[in-house]
Amino acid sequence: MTSLLALSPLIIVCATAIVVMLTIAWRRCYDLTATLTVIGLNLALAAQLLAWWQAPLDVTPLMVVDGLSIFGGVLILVATLACATLGHAYLEGARGPREEYYLLLLCAAAGGIALVSSRHLASLFFSLELLSMPLYGMLAYTYRERGALEAGVKYMVLSAAASAFLLFGMALLYARTGHLDFVGLGEALAAAGGDGWLLAGMGMMLIGLGFKLSIVPFHLWTPDVYEGSPAPAATFLASASKVAVLIVLLRLLQSAPATEDAWFHSLLAVLAFVTMLAGNLLALMQQDLKRLLGYSSIAHFGYLLVALVINEGLAVETAGIYLVTYVLTTLGAFGVVTLLSSPYGGADASRLHHYRGLFWRRPYLTAVLTVMMLSLAGIPLTAGFIGKFYIVALGVEASRWWLVGGVVAGSAIGLYYYLRVMVTLFLPEPGMQRRDATTDWAQRAGGVVVLALAALVVLLGVYPAPMIDWVRLMAAT
Amino acid sequence: MILVCLILIPFIGGLLCWQAERFGEQPPRWIALGTMLLELALVLGVWWHGDYGLNAVQGASDWVLEWRADWIPRFGIEVHLALDGLSLIMIALTGLLGVLAVVCSWHEISRRIGFFHLNLLWILGGVVGVFLAIDLFLFFFFWEMMLVPMYFLIALWGHSGSTGNTRIQAATKFFIYTQASGLLMLVAILGLVFAHHAATGEYSFSYEALRHTAQNELSPQMAWWLMLGFFIAFAVKMPVVPLHGWLPDAHAQAPTAGSVDLAGILLKTAAYGMLRFALPLFPEASQAFAPVAMGLGILGIFYGAILACGQHDLKRLVAYSSISHMGFVLIGIYSGTELALQGVVVLMVAHAFSASGLFIISGQLYERLHTRDMRLMGGLWGRIKGLPGIALCFVAASMGIPGTANFVGEFLVLFGTFATWPWVVVVASGGFVLAAIYSLFIMQRVYFGPAKEDTPLGGLDGREIVMMLGLLALVLWVGLYPGPLLDTSEAAMQNVEHIMTLEETPAMPEETP
Repeated sequence: MTSLLALSPLIIVCATAIVVMLTIAWRRCYDLTATLTVIGLNLALAAQLLAWWQAPLDVTPLMVVDGLSIFGGVLILVATLACATLGHAYLEGARGPREEYYLLLLCAAAGGIALVSSRHLASLFFSLELLSMPLYGMLAYTYRERGALEAGVKYMVLSAAASAFLLFGMALLYARTGHLDFVGLGEALAAAGGDGWLLAGMGMMLIGLGFKLSIVPFHLWTPDVYEGSPAPAATFLASASKVAVLIVLLRLLQSAPATEDAWFHSLLAVLAFVTMLAGNLLALMQQDLKRLLGYSSIAHFGYLLVALVINEGLAVETAGIYLVTYVLTTLGAFGVVTLLSSPYGGADASRLHHYRGLFWRRPYLTAVLTVMMLSLAGIPLTAGFIGKFYIVALGVEASRWWLVGGVVAGSAIGLYYYLRVMVTLFLPEPGMQRRDATTDWAQRAGGVVVLALAALVVLLGVYPAPMIDWVRLMAAT
Repeated sequence: MILVCLILIPFIGGLLCWQAERFGEQPPRWIALGTMLLELALVLGVWWHGDYGLNAVQGASDWVLEWRADWIPRFGIEVHLALDGLSLIMIALTGLLGVLAVVCSWHEISRRIGFFHLNLLWILGGVVGVFLAIDLFLFFFFWEMMLVPMYFLIALWGHSGSTGNTRIQAATKFFIYTQASGLLMLVAILGLVFAHHAATGEYSFSYEALRHTAQNELSPQMAWWLMLGFFIAFAVKMPVVPLHGWLPDAHAQAPTAGSVDLAGILLKTAAYGMLRFALPLFPEASQAFAPVAMGLGILGIFYGAILACGQHDLKRLVAYSSISHMGFVLIGIYSGTELALQGVVVLMVAHAFSASGLFIISGQLYERLHTRDMRLMGGLWGRIKGLPGIALCFVAASMGIPGTANFVGEFLVLFGTFATWPWVVVVASGGFVLAAIYSLFIMQRVYFGPAKEDTPLGGLDGREIVMMLGLLALVLWVGLYPGPLLDTSEAAMQNVEHIMTLEETPAMPEETP
């Protein structure tokens, strides 16, 4: 019984998916489907509290419910809720079937929740695929759009290749150690020392997971997929999917102390350094907001890797705080893009010139995007600053001056393109094309979500103590 | 609680201005003016009631007003505000220049007035926060925060240069320079905090605690690097010469109010930061660093002055002259004698007055001529009523003519430094010659010589006359009777001097004013 309670969020999400599927089969009704989805997700969010009372608890050899999994689950559910709400406004104008979007979204969310609770390579692989498969469909949902189709296919092919690497890596590890659960694997790795096959296995798994996190040099798909896919799907990819993979990687590295191995350790450090610099440099000259956000997310995962590299002291707390700020900010930024592109009518309004002078037409929406850009850049008064503060603090505490230097240089470079976006919003000259949010955007669900996110980002930037307490509580369990 | 009010008033006023725009053009201006007058009145009230002449208990900080509350308990971060003579003078200056900035943009800004005043007031709020914050995290918070509205001020209301987008480029350059150097300071602050954590097992960003750690627990090498982190951040903002690249562009493109804020108070936050944090936290490292700082100061004096001589754009000229003046400030700060430090305070105030005066004059010329290129001016003495005379007075002040505040400041700095660094003073005095040259260039090129046209231009209206004469009166008042200013900052400066000289041999001569 306690196991069922502990897994209740996952069960509720899966049940909602089934209910939604049956509803679609029974009668196509767009609003009903959306409402059911949102209700189910909210119930799952509430059920996280039930799970929290049972934690920490090992549920079968495959899953564990502890602070980390609940933390990840809450972030994923919040992100999914935002994607569902934003998707509702976005798909209103779409031709063809619209209801299946929610089905895919729910399946992906279930995959994400399962992924953050995995403590076994089998459940890791299974839930990672459950997370990725629906994403192929979501990314290509507006398949009449050439870009969306390209995004979907590209993600599918490369994702499959990455899964192959992941499987091969797992197979190598299993062949050498005979374990598939994280803890047993960790002990066996520690006992075996620096065996070449084991390192190869770890490296291949890192490639597979690094692809999902778009770590340089496995990042090549990111900008195209972000740019081409419909905005709500890109939002999910950038937030929930990445959170889930990062958390499972964190769990893997924590329980399998392969990172003690100097070679593996320095490999991670180099990847982190290269990722944050390359992401920021590549973003500099982008003319498309979604593409720019794609490169910026690469850079942010470079910063997050710093927490994984150091993996001691404040590391888990830092990763948690940074994930919270990153998710809120990304949801907000993509949310504005989605609102401007809603209802769906051709390619998304994401070229920078679509945003020229937005402030003088939609001041509050612009204020939201400005806050998000400032938060991504890590400027005080926004949550992003707290995240940046944590990363720098972690680097300084561990005296990893190269990584600290990388974070500082990356942030300085990053300012340039965030500022470019910001100032575009305020430039008075009218743009060539006008894509605009509907006039009543603020009264609609999507608008409320975006405004709430902006308020939250500012609030956590000014008074981060509750967030810090929550993350510490979660990290301690 | 009054300290919190001092910070909050501009922020709230700014929001009101933004929303007041819907009622027309005038309400935001009046609200902004009212806000800044209220702020100024509050500061003057604090000044009137407090007693700043007290001698400090040697080595300990004595705050006249203090306010603290928990903020982020996880890292021992507090909202800790404190006020002593130095911060009081700086905040009074901020209030005064805030009023000026609002008044001088009364006609200049005609688009998006509410949002303009929001940015203007938030800059001032951020600056007040910098001057009051004693918790290092809070200080950094305000330090970085005030850049955003300044960025908008330059990028949105700036003057476009000849080639398209230069105001945005200038704003971006300003932002990246200051933000990147700010991150270095964050690294240094965190280095200090973790040193404190290693020594005591507690996280704290408190000024006193960290000062204790910095002086007792750090290895000299570590102290040197951390000091450098602080110094670079302040040096960029000040600006010290190799790091000054953003200043001329930012000034040239900024609207008048932006220039007044930049020259008048943003640059002063850097000097304040050195006096409040860089020196007291790392006295030994700073002593060791003093020769380099002196060299940079002299370099700045000459570099700024020589480049000022070659400018055609009036605002760029004033901007380069600011670099030159800040060279004197840097020398004064690192000389470490009380006399020179007092001179630094006076010089900061004086430079704020004279540079803002000159920037406002450039703005007024621009409103009338629609150019700031001095080659297109000339012979304006007969064409504008009133303005040339006032300009002459401000140019004289900037040159450091006796009777003006600048003279008192520069004299005290050089006199105070002479005891410890005679050769630096000898060389730096050469800067006065160059100052005279570029100051006279301004007068010659703008007001004298053959007139380009004969049509008279509009004279000064009441608003402009009151503003300029008021500023001039202050320049003269501080120049002739600097006593109150010196008394107010005395205790704070004695403290800095005491910290600086504590590590020295007792042979160091003690100065008394």
